Amino acid sequence: MAKQFVKGNEAIVKGAILAGCRAYYGYPITPASEIAHAAAQYMPLVGGTFLQAESEIAAINMVYGAAGTGLRAMTASSSPGFSLKQEGMSYLAGAELPCVVVNIMRGGPGLGNIAPEQSDYNMTVKGGGHGNYKNIVLAPNSAQEMCDLTILAFDLADKYRNPAVLLADGFIGQMMEPVDFPEPVTEFAEKTWAVRGVDQDRRNLISSIELDPDDLERHNQKLQRKYEIISNNETRYEEYQLEDAEYVVVGYGIVSRMIHTAVDQLREEGVKVGMLRPVTLMPYPTIRLKELAEMDQIKAFSVIELSNGQMVDDVRLAVNGKKPVEFFGRMGGNVPSIKELVHEIKRMMRVV
Amino acid sequence: MSVKILSKSEAFYDTYERRPGSNKDQTHYCPGCGHGILHKLIAEALVDFGVTKNSIVVGPVGCSVFTHYYFNAGNFQSAHGRAPAVATGVKRSLPESIVLSYQGDGDLAAIGGNEILHAANRGEAITVFFVNNAIYGMTGGQMAPTTLIGQKTTTTPYGRTLENEGYPIGMSEIISQLASPVYVERVMLADTRSINAARKAVRKGIENQVEKKGFSFIEVLSTCPTGWKMTAPQAEEWIKTTMLESFPLGVYKDIADQVEPLILHKDTVPSRRVPKFLGLNQEGEGFDISQMKIAEDVDQEIKIAGFGGQGVLSLGVWLSEIGMREDLKVSWIPSYGPEMRGGTANCHVKLSRTDIGSPLVTHSNILIAMNRPSLEKFEADVVEGGVIIWDNSLIDIEPTRKDIRNMPIPATQIAKDLGTTRISNVVILGVLAGITDFLDPDVVQRVLPIIFKKKQLLSINLKAFQKGLELGRELAN
Ligand SMILES: Cc1ncc(C[n+]2csc(CCOP(=O)(O)OP(=O)(O)O)c2C)c(N)n1
Ligand code: SF4
Ligand SMILES: [Mg+2]
Repeated sequence: MAKQFVKGNEAIVKGAILAGCRAYYGYPITPASEIAHAAAQYMPLVGGTFLQAESEIAAINMVYGAAGTGLRAMTASSSPGFSLKQEGMSYLAGAELPCVVVNIMRGGPGLGNIAPEQSDYNMTVKGGGHGNYKNIVLAPNSAQEMCDLTILAFDLADKYRNPAVLLADGFIGQMMEPVDFPEPVTEFAEKTWAVRGVDQDRRNLISSIELDPDDLERHNQKLQRKYEIISNNETRYEEYQLEDAEYVVVGYGIVSRMIHTAVDQLREEGVKVGMLRPVTLMPYPTIRLKELAEMDQIKAFSVIELSNGQMVDDVRLAVNGKKPVEFFGRMGGNVPSIKELVHEIKRMMRVV
Repeated sequence: MSVKILSKSEAFYDTYERRPGSNKDQTHYCPGCGHGILHKLIAEALVDFGVTKNSIVVGPVGCSVFTHYYFNAGNFQSAHGRAPAVATGVKRSLPESIVLSYQGDGDLAAIGGNEILHAANRGEAITVFFVNNAIYGMTGGQMAPTTLIGQKTTTTPYGRTLENEGYPIGMSEIISQLASPVYVERVMLADTRSINAARKAVRKGIENQVEKKGFSFIEVLSTCPTGWKMTAPQAEEWIKTTMLESFPLGVYKDIADQVEPLILHKDTVPSRRVPKFLGLNQEGEGFDISQMKIAEDVDQEIKIAGFGGQGVLSLGVWLSEIGMREDLKVSWIPSYGPEMRGGTANCHVKLSRTDIGSPLVTHSNILIAMNRPSLEKFEADVVEGGVIIWDNSLIDIEPTRKDIRNMPIPATQIAKDLGTTRISNVVILGVLAGITDFLDPDVVQRVLPIIFKKKQLLSINLKAFQKGLELGRELAN
C-alpha cells in the first residue's frame, strides 16, 4: 500500500487503526503526545472512540472497560504516565484482557526530562504493577516498526489475552522515516470471553478477584504457563554480522541503530563484531544468547543501554558466567556518539 | 430486611454459583446491611424497564466487590475507585447497553474522586449508585470521607475532628454543581417509606439511561451495622437521627426532561475502507526512478540549524520527502531533548542508497546554518571536505574552518526580495539541488506541489527554488 513519510508516533496510530483498534484513551505527555494528536484526528473518522482522560489512571481503566467488551483498545504515554498505568495494567493482566499500551520513554526518575532514555525496562519487562504477571513487550527501532509492531502487538495481545506494550524512546517517537503501510486487518478471531451485555456471554466475567488461595494459585500457574508458551512461540530478535563475530553487542530500540553504525565502522577496521538486537523484550531471546555464549568463537558480550543497566541483567542471566558481559550506558537523555560506542566495544575486547 | 428476597428478581441469578462455599442462596452481606436492599431496588428497576438482557454492572472494591455474584447481567469487576472510568470504556464501546456503576464512599469519594468527577463532568451516559455508609465497611470500619464529625471509626478512635480530617464530603452537592449531569438525588434506606422513595430514584436513574438522557447519580445513605457496631434497627435510627444532619435528602438536580436524548451511536467504517481515512491512497505518485538524474552513490549526513520559525525542520522534512521519492533510504530527526537548549532548532537528515543505522548526525557532510549560534555550534562537526552553507544576510561572521567548502548564501535577502523572508529555506533547497548530485531538480519541482497545496504559495516557492538552483549551479562551477 502507500508509502508515507511519517513520525514514529503517528505510525503507531495508523498501524493501530489498520489493526482494527477503535478505542484510544489517553492523557498528554511529551514525547508521546503526537500519538494522542493522531488518534484524535483519525479515530472519529473511522467510527472509533478518542477520549482524553482525566489521568493515565483513568485512561488505562477506560481501556480495561473497552477491552472487556472485546474491542481492540489502546493507550499511550511516556514514563511518568506509564508509572501511573501500572495499577491498571496489573488488573488487565489479572483479568486476562488484551490491550496495547505504548510507552515512549523519557528521562527519569521523577519528572526528569523529555529526552530519550531506556530506564523503564525493568518496570515494563518485569511487570511494573503488583502480582505475578508479565506484559508482552515489543521494542521497535524504526518508524516502520512503530507501525508493524503495533499491529503485531494487537495480534499477540488478542492471541494470548494479555496486555502488550510497545516500548520505544523519544527518538523513535519523534523520528520521521518512510513507512510502507500494510493492508488493513480484516479478520479477527472471535472473543468468546468478552462481556457485551448479551445473553450469549452471560457466563463471562471480567474480573481479577480470586478469594480462595488455591483458586488464585491455579490462576497464577495458568498465567505462568501462558508466559512460557509466549516465550516458546513469540521470541523475536535481529542479528547483524554475527556469523563470524567474536564480540557481540546487545542493544534494543534506538540504541540498536547506533550499534549498527558502530559495527559497520569496526568491521571496516577488521574487528569481528556483530549485534544481537532483541525485538521482543518479553519474551526475551534468552536461548539465542545462551547459544552464542556457548560458542567458542564468541569471546565477550557488551550491552549498551540508555539507562543504568537494566536489560544487562537479562543478558547476564542468559550468558550465565560463560563469557564476560560488559555494560555501557548513558543517562539523563544523553545518547552516546558512535565514537563512544566504538571505544566501548574496544574496551570489551581488552577485557578478554 | 431479609437478604433472601434478592433471588426473586430475574435480574438476579437463581442461585449464586459464583459465590464460593456451600451457601449459594444468600448474599455475603451482613444482616441489616443496606447494600442488599439497594441491589434489590436496582434489580427490580432493570426488570421493570425490560433491560436485564443488555445491562452491564461495573462493581467497585468494597463490600459490594461481589456484585457479579448476584446480578444476572454483564459483569465487570474494577480496581478501587476506577469504576466510572471502566464504565466509560464499556459504555463508549457498547452505547446501546445499560451501564451501571456501583460504588461505596471510600471507592467513589476518596480514591476514586477524580474518576467520578470527570465521568460526571463529561456527562457519561451511565447510572451511578453511590452507597454512602459513612465508613469503610470492607476493610474493618475505617474512616470514610463521608464519616461524620465526632464519629468513631478504627482510624478515628477519638472521633473525626474538623482539625484533623475536615468536614464530611457531600458528593451530591458537588456533582450537582457540574453542568453535565442530568439527575442527582440523595435518598436513604432507613424504613419502608424511605426505601420506597429510594426505589423511585433508582428507577429514575435507570430510566434516564434507557432514554439516553446522560449522567445520573443516586447517593444512598445506607446502613452498616457491622462497621457502626450497632444492631440493624439502631443503624436505621442512626441514619435518621444523625446522618441526615450532614447529608440532607433531596433532588439536587434534575434536568432530564429538559435535555434531548444523546446520540451515542457511531457508524463504524469497515476495515477495507480505513486506508482512505488515514490518507493512505492506494496508487503511488508515479515517480519513475529510472529517469532520475541522481548519483549512483548517495550517503548524505546533513544538519540543518537556525532559529525556530526559519523553517529548518521543514527543510529537513522536504529533503527527506524528495529523497524518499528518489527511492533513497531517508531519516529525519528533530532537535529534541538536551539539544534544544540555547533556542536553536535543528534537525538531522540522512539520505543513503543503503540502510540507515543511527539516524543521528554527529559528523555532517553538509551543514546548513541559518543563524550565527548554529554556525558557531556545529561548524566543528563538519567532516573534512564537507560543505557549510550559511546565510550571510544574517550571520556576521565567517566559518573559521579552511578544510571545508565555504558557501555563503544570502538566502534571507533573496527571499525578502521575492516577497517574504519565510521562504529562505526554499532558496537553500534550490542551492542544494544546484551544488549536489542527490537532488533531481525535476523531482523537487514535482514534490513541491505536494507540499504546498495552495496555488499562491506554490508559485512563490517555485520561484525561490529556481533562484536558489541558479545560484547553486553558478557556485558549483
Ligand atoms: C488501591 C487499593 N487501596 C486500598 C484497598 C483496600 N480497600 C478495599 S475496600 C476499601 C474501602 C471500601 O470502603 P467503601 O468504598 O466505603 O465500601 P464499603 O465497604 O463501605 O461498602 C479499601 C480501602 C484496595 N483494595 N485497593
Ligand atoms: S461491613 Fe457494613 S457495608 Fe459491609 S456488608 Fe457488613 S454491614 Fe454491609
Ligand atoms: Mg463505605
